[in-house]
Amino acid sequence: MDVLRVQDLKCFYVVESQGQQREVKAVNGVSLNVKKNQVLGIAGESGCGKTTFLKSLLGLVRPPLRCLGGKVEYIGNGKATDIMSLSKHQHKELMWEHISYVPQGSLSVLNPVRRIGDTFESFIGAHMEPSTTKHQYEELVCSHLEALGLPEDTLRAYPHQLSGGMRQRVTIALATILKPHLILADEPSTALDVVVQRGVIQLLKDIQEEQQNTIILVTHDMAIHANICDRIAIMYAGKIIEEAGVEEIFSNPRHPYTQYLIGSLPRIGDKAHRISAPGSPPSLSDLPQGCSFHPRCPEATDNCRKEEPMLTGIGGDHRVACLSLTRGDFNADQAQVALDQ
Amino acid sequence: MPTRHKLLSINDVTKVFTIGGGFQRARLKAVEKASFALEEGKPEIFTLAGESGCGKTTLAKMILGLLEPTDGEVLHSGRSVQDLVKGDQRDDFNKKVQAVFQNPFETFNPLRPVDTYLLETARNYVTGGSNGASKNAVAEALDLVGISYSLVEDRYPHEFSGGQLQRISIARALITAPSLIIADEPVSMVDASLKMSVCNLFKVLKEEHQVNVIYITHDLATAYYVSDRIAIMFRGNIVELGPVNTVLVEPKHPYTRVLKDSVPEPDPSNKWSGRIKLSGFEERDFMRKGCKFAGRCPEVKAICEEEDPPMVAIGSGMVKCHLYAR
Amino acid sequence: MLRTLADMMNQDKRFAFGFTVMLILVALAFLSLFSPHDPRQWNVVPRDRPPSTQHLLGTTSTGQDVSWQATWAIRNTLLMSLIAMLSSRVLAIVIGLLAGYSGGTLDRILMTLTDSFVILPLLPILILVASILKQSLSVVNLGILLGAFGWAWDARLIRSQVLSLREREFTYTAILSGMSTPRIIFREYLPFIFPLITATAMNNMLWAIGMEVTLAVLGLVSLEVATLGTMIHWAVNSQSILLGMWWWILTPVVICIFIFIALYMLSLSINEILDPRLRVQRMTK
Repeated sequence: MDVLRVQDLKCFYVVESQGQQREVKAVNGVSLNVKKNQVLGIAGESGCGKTTFLKSLLGLVRPPLRCLGGKVEYIGNGKATDIMSLSKHQHKELMWEHISYVPQGSLSVLNPVRRIGDTFESFIGAHMEPSTTKHQYEELVCSHLEALGLPEDTLRAYPHQLSGGMRQRVTIALATILKPHLILADEPSTALDVVVQRGVIQLLKDIQEEQQNTIILVTHDMAIHANICDRIAIMYAGKIIEEAGVEEIFSNPRHPYTQYLIGSLPRIGDKAHRISAPGSPPSLSDLPQGCSFHPRCPEATDNCRKEEPMLTGIGGDHRVACLSLTRGDFNADQAQVALDQ
Repeated sequence: MPTRHKLLSINDVTKVFTIGGGFQRARLKAVEKASFALEEGKPEIFTLAGESGCGKTTLAKMILGLLEPTDGEVLHSGRSVQDLVKGDQRDDFNKKVQAVFQNPFETFNPLRPVDTYLLETARNYVTGGSNGASKNAVAEALDLVGISYSLVEDRYPHEFSGGQLQRISIARALITAPSLIIADEPVSMVDASLKMSVCNLFKVLKEEHQVNVIYITHDLATAYYVSDRIAIMFRGNIVELGPVNTVLVEPKHPYTRVLKDSVPEPDPSNKWSGRIKLSGFEERDFMRKGCKFAGRCPEVKAICEEEDPPMVAIGSGMVKCHLYAR
Repeated sequence: MLRTLADMMNQDKRFAFGFTVMLILVALAFLSLFSPHDPRQWNVVPRDRPPSTQHLLGTTSTGQDVSWQATWAIRNTLLMSLIAMLSSRVLAIVIGLLAGYSGGTLDRILMTLTDSFVILPLLPILILVASILKQSLSVVNLGILLGAFGWAWDARLIRSQVLSLREREFTYTAILSGMSTPRIIFREYLPFIFPLITATAMNNMLWAIGMEVTLAVLGLVSLEVATLGTMIHWAVNSQSILLGMWWWILTPVVICIFIFIALYMLSLSINEILDPRLRVQRMTK
């Protein structure tokens, strides 16, 4: 059962400067289905468009970001909803109760001059029946916090009195209190120390197991993905270039970029030489022709410089966008001959 | 007979910051009695690891002479770094000790071309003004990090990727042919696919150019990969010190164990097991009388709350913990 | 240089307006060199005449030609505000940079001094000083006096900017590249502080002109020197409004308004053009 279907989504930043239009192709034709009760990880380095992708999944497409094609469908309550075509009111209803969001910086969500408890109150107040009493509401919040292992006095604290890890856990508590079906998390543990990071990831996993919801987790840290995700999608230059189950990605990466990414991960207890991919990621406003990875790819052929690879299944539920894999023995010259005739 | 001095020795260095002013002063020991040394003529990569706020960056700034220790001394080849940088030998000192910083986009002024810093370094320390010679020195250093001079000339920081800038920053540090480079979180802002190229560069520098590196990081996995020895810091104290192979593979100090267990393994068949305890209000640890880790330690004893644990030598390493005290 | 100027005129209407108005005013100020009359002398033309071809903006009750008088007034007022601006800039830059970069005791002393100037009620003090010095308050002296009072807030701004720059990593890179402290300040920091200096410079000129007009209307400056302020003073004191001599009072007031708007527009647009963040953004394109 799918919860989210993304079809050929294209979201570009369109910037106008000195009379010239410039497009930053942050999400450049992404298709993805997310199944229920699944933790999907989206991996990629900075500037590959993963945060923009998450934003567009949330329907937060505001200028200069523009959706130029494709659609995002949320499937819940037995019907599919096109997120991009929602009115402001409908969007508000869908958010938090059905889809919620855990941002990277918790400080941007928590109002610095209000106690945590007040933030909770105004946050869920809008989504509760008007008949709910203050007592019922407090009970709900307290039991939720207790379940997440947060002490009750956090409700009386101001955000600055909490440590970074606590704040992030409060943000997660806020995002999950209405038991949403789908949680989108953008680097939820990146700014935190390793010990706290583990606590935050542990918390997300616990919630997912308890509430049986779906999580889409964006982070650049492959080790986090290995620990929590069921499936992983690798993004590069605004596109998903490989998608598979977590074991499959780590044991049998097929795209040369994924191979570099997995192969260069250092591990404690293993001093073997690691190599990075050559070159640097391309700028999203000036993508190379053909496969975006070809300038860095050691196996690039002439064909890779001309043709854009599509994300194609290669057995099981493993999908890769690489010409050398998806075409098999396909010969570019033959194709050209066939076209000419 | 002249005594052979250590390249760098840090003796009981303490740094106390006074926070706030007027009536609400608080004293914060950012670094407390840190000691370690790097030998002359035996290049190594030494890691200072720990979580944010553990004092590793403060210690690095004291080694560079950018901060003055409250107590204790930092000696470079037997001479106090503070005396060196305050006197007229600042240039001599900086010729031998250079640094690479965390954020490659902040390392260079965004309004100036990056090569000005490289030329400036060459002019001030190596060639003494000659333009042609400076350019040659810069080109040589850039060559070491695998970047050609023509790529850097008259370019601004925003025209490069993080990985490239970090390599240019390392090249700048290399121009003076230093014997020690302090690298403060040099890969934490570099793209995942390029991290290892920077790490490998440090290894090459050590092996082929006899450069010592003090590698400061919170990332134990890269620390294990690049370094020879490691010191784990917690709330201003070095709690464990020794070769990476022992400290990270068989950690002795309870904190090192917690830290190591929290590092996610990039291996889906080996996920985190068990649960960890998190402290809610972490500021209290600094004020503790005894061991700073006592509040979170799974093996805490009565003495830990009362007395600061001693540094105990075990095998080739040192541990600051009551568990091992005789 | 001319090209960038042309570009700026094209891109930013505010800049185009401000620059054109200032250019016209400067041209008018230069016209004073060809004035047939000495601005200090009275009764050189027939009195109380409305605008005519002979006297473009009429004449005053003191027997002076308003249009020629105005060219002198523009010249003197601009000169005075320029002197005030330059002298206060020197003070603000030196004190701000010194306090910000050196820190410690020197910073505390300089900032105590700055704070005292910030909280001083400037107008009463200026009135007091001006009433004592009255006759010697020529254009230059008034400019220096206003400069001596107008630097404090800007020194504070510059200091805070330097404080934040000092903590940025590139400062350490500069130190480790062997750059000397003055070099770091002038090469590394000035590009960041420059927009602040120019924007506050315009605002300071505005403030100085406002002060001069205030003091002059109160009769606290040397009144025989023609400035916009003294023109208003004479016009008000001679009951020009009651007598219906609108040309006398309106001329300096309208010029003042134009100077104010022009300087304000210039400060806005120059600030935007020189903003380091926007500059980096423009370079990226």
